[in-house]
Amino acid sequence: MNDRAQSTLKIVTNESGLEVKPLYTAADVEESGGTTMLGEPGEYPFTRGIHREMYRKQPWTMRQYAGFGNPHDTNQRFKYLIANGQTGLNVAFDLPTQIGLDSDDPLASGEIGRVGMSVDTLRDFEIAFDGIDLDRITVSMTINGAAAIAIAMYLAMAEKRGYDVKKLRGTAQNDILKEFIGRGTWIFPVEPSIKLVGDTIEYCAEHAPKYSPVSVCGYHIRESGATPAQEMAYAFCIAKAYADEVIARGLAVDEFAGRLSYNFNIFGNLFEQVCKFRAGRSLWAKIMKEEYKAEKPGSMWLRMIAAGGGGGLTFEQPELNIVRGAYYALISALSGTQTMALCSYDEAYTIPTEYSARISLRTMQILIEEMGMTETVDPLGGSYYVETMTNEMRKKMEEIIAETDAQGGIVKLVSEGIIQAKVSAQAYQMQRDIESGKFPKVGVNRYRNDNEEDHPVEFHPYNEDDARVQVDGLNKVRAERDSEHVARTLAAVNEAARAGANVMPAIVAAVKAYASVGEITKELVKVYGRYQEPIRF
Amino acid sequence: MNDTGQRRIRVLLAKPGLDGHDQGAKIVARAMMDAGFEVIYTGLRQTPEQVGRISLEEDVDVIALSSMAGSHLPFCRKLKPLLEENGLQDKLWLIGGNLPAQDHDALRELGFKGIFPTGSKLDAIVAYIRENVREHVA
Repeated sequence: MNDRAQSTLKIVTNESGLEVKPLYTAADVEESGGTTMLGEPGEYPFTRGIHREMYRKQPWTMRQYAGFGNPHDTNQRFKYLIANGQTGLNVAFDLPTQIGLDSDDPLASGEIGRVGMSVDTLRDFEIAFDGIDLDRITVSMTINGAAAIAIAMYLAMAEKRGYDVKKLRGTAQNDILKEFIGRGTWIFPVEPSIKLVGDTIEYCAEHAPKYSPVSVCGYHIRESGATPAQEMAYAFCIAKAYADEVIARGLAVDEFAGRLSYNFNIFGNLFEQVCKFRAGRSLWAKIMKEEYKAEKPGSMWLRMIAAGGGGGLTFEQPELNIVRGAYYALISALSGTQTMALCSYDEAYTIPTEYSARISLRTMQILIEEMGMTETVDPLGGSYYVETMTNEMRKKMEEIIAETDAQGGIVKLVSEGIIQAKVSAQAYQMQRDIESGKFPKVGVNRYRNDNEEDHPVEFHPYNEDDARVQVDGLNKVRAERDSEHVARTLAAVNEAARAGANVMPAIVAAVKAYASVGEITKELVKVYGRYQEPIRF
Repeated sequence: MNDTGQRRIRVLLAKPGLDGHDQGAKIVARAMMDAGFEVIYTGLRQTPEQVGRISLEEDVDVIALSSMAGSHLPFCRKLKPLLEENGLQDKLWLIGGNLPAQDHDALRELGFKGIFPTGSKLDAIVAYIRENVREHVA
């Protein structure tokens, strides 16, 4: 390359702030740290994958996020997705349920069943999962503030149907720290919120040891404006906060770490994403082994769900989101995720219709059936670029973790709104960069259509009757249940919270008595109070 | 007051209802602050009563809502009479976020003059406010 040609090449920096060179060689790999952290798939530090044979043995689980209206509607959507080849369920709950309100709460008015299914009592879980074999399909629940109640309901529903809870698999999101950063479905202040997460981990370790009580979500932190490196680094800081909470109670790391899982986001540069996951896998293994002295390989595994995040989708030219989704799924497969939940092309507008959800499902099926994505493990491994960038991404994540710890730790920084302000400032800058054209976005600041109305998106309809059906159902349960028994179980929830004990046994007893989400939350609020968000820019 | 002796435009930016997706609201708040407006951001989970009360107390020129989770119409139907009772019908009412085109007429009829669905440009929002509030604050 002559000097003249070189001077015309602009400097390229990825979103995480790392410079991308026009060419990589073996020397770059060595300079960045070599292959000391590479290893073999299924072996420490798991850079190439947590299992030896990965998708050759079993393809990723296809777990589209779904739920709307009342539990009857959602049950039908679940069955539709299963009939179309989906292999896992991922439950969307409506906002009143997510923040611990019953459907007849005045604040719930207008919001029932809009962005997910509405749940008041155990009866709703019984309806939602009716006819679905919980041994054949695992269920993930996207719920955080009210996760302790939802986990209790899921376990109680399964037990009532005759499943052995000791063998039951499934996942609850239950990552409250990320809710304070993005998404906002918090209920209680930060400290008792972390205690509740600890209660669920401790309870499941004993009573439902195959169940994953927490899925730490870098996903929503990224959606709020974090870079890929920050997404993973902050997720690790959060996971460490939960681990510390449980270890402080006397549990050994190997008793629970194997059931921690992760939820990550994919949008942006393909190679940056792939290297993010390879780097993150080895870094988490190192943290668990060296800092936490974990001994079981399972405790060191970065088990994850990862697929296209809505943050990359565009309102303009919505059909391009089908293309973006397909690339996100490809990245996800190249990254070695255990599970995918691919955003649908209309998610920049609405919850997915049956049609759009099926396209996402088929996108993953094309990768599995037609594209050879399951035939070999870590196909990009050994690329000079990928190995160099993996090393550099890992260093970047380590720097962010060190910086977070030096500033007082993730819990303090989230409590004070400092992480929120940081990612919000980045989101603003990104929006400005998109609007100015500095950051290219096809259909938005490049190749725009003259008329965006040419391809309107069909909206999933909202049925106003769903809310009435839900409130009627709640009233029916209230009329039929043993109200004295309910009152006793609710008093026990309050008492356990006041005593600083693990509240899960009392919550499980309350849900079995058909106490509602709102009633149980109220008892906890009496003890813990409600969160007041710091508003910082 | 700014350097030309005019009062700065005051905006109430509210997150109505239970939706917690506030990244968009915070981005718009920053854009408004960069434009020299005074922004009062409410934080999450505001009821119609709270939006009405804060708008009155803060003596704002613009009442702006950010709604992402589909409950904009029921919320705005409750908010409209409260704003009118407080004598705020002459303020500029705006709404942004996940707002399907089929709901825009209903929002306009409820008094929301500016409608900025997802994909709207920050400069367009700022320019619209300047254009429509200018007489009021001059």
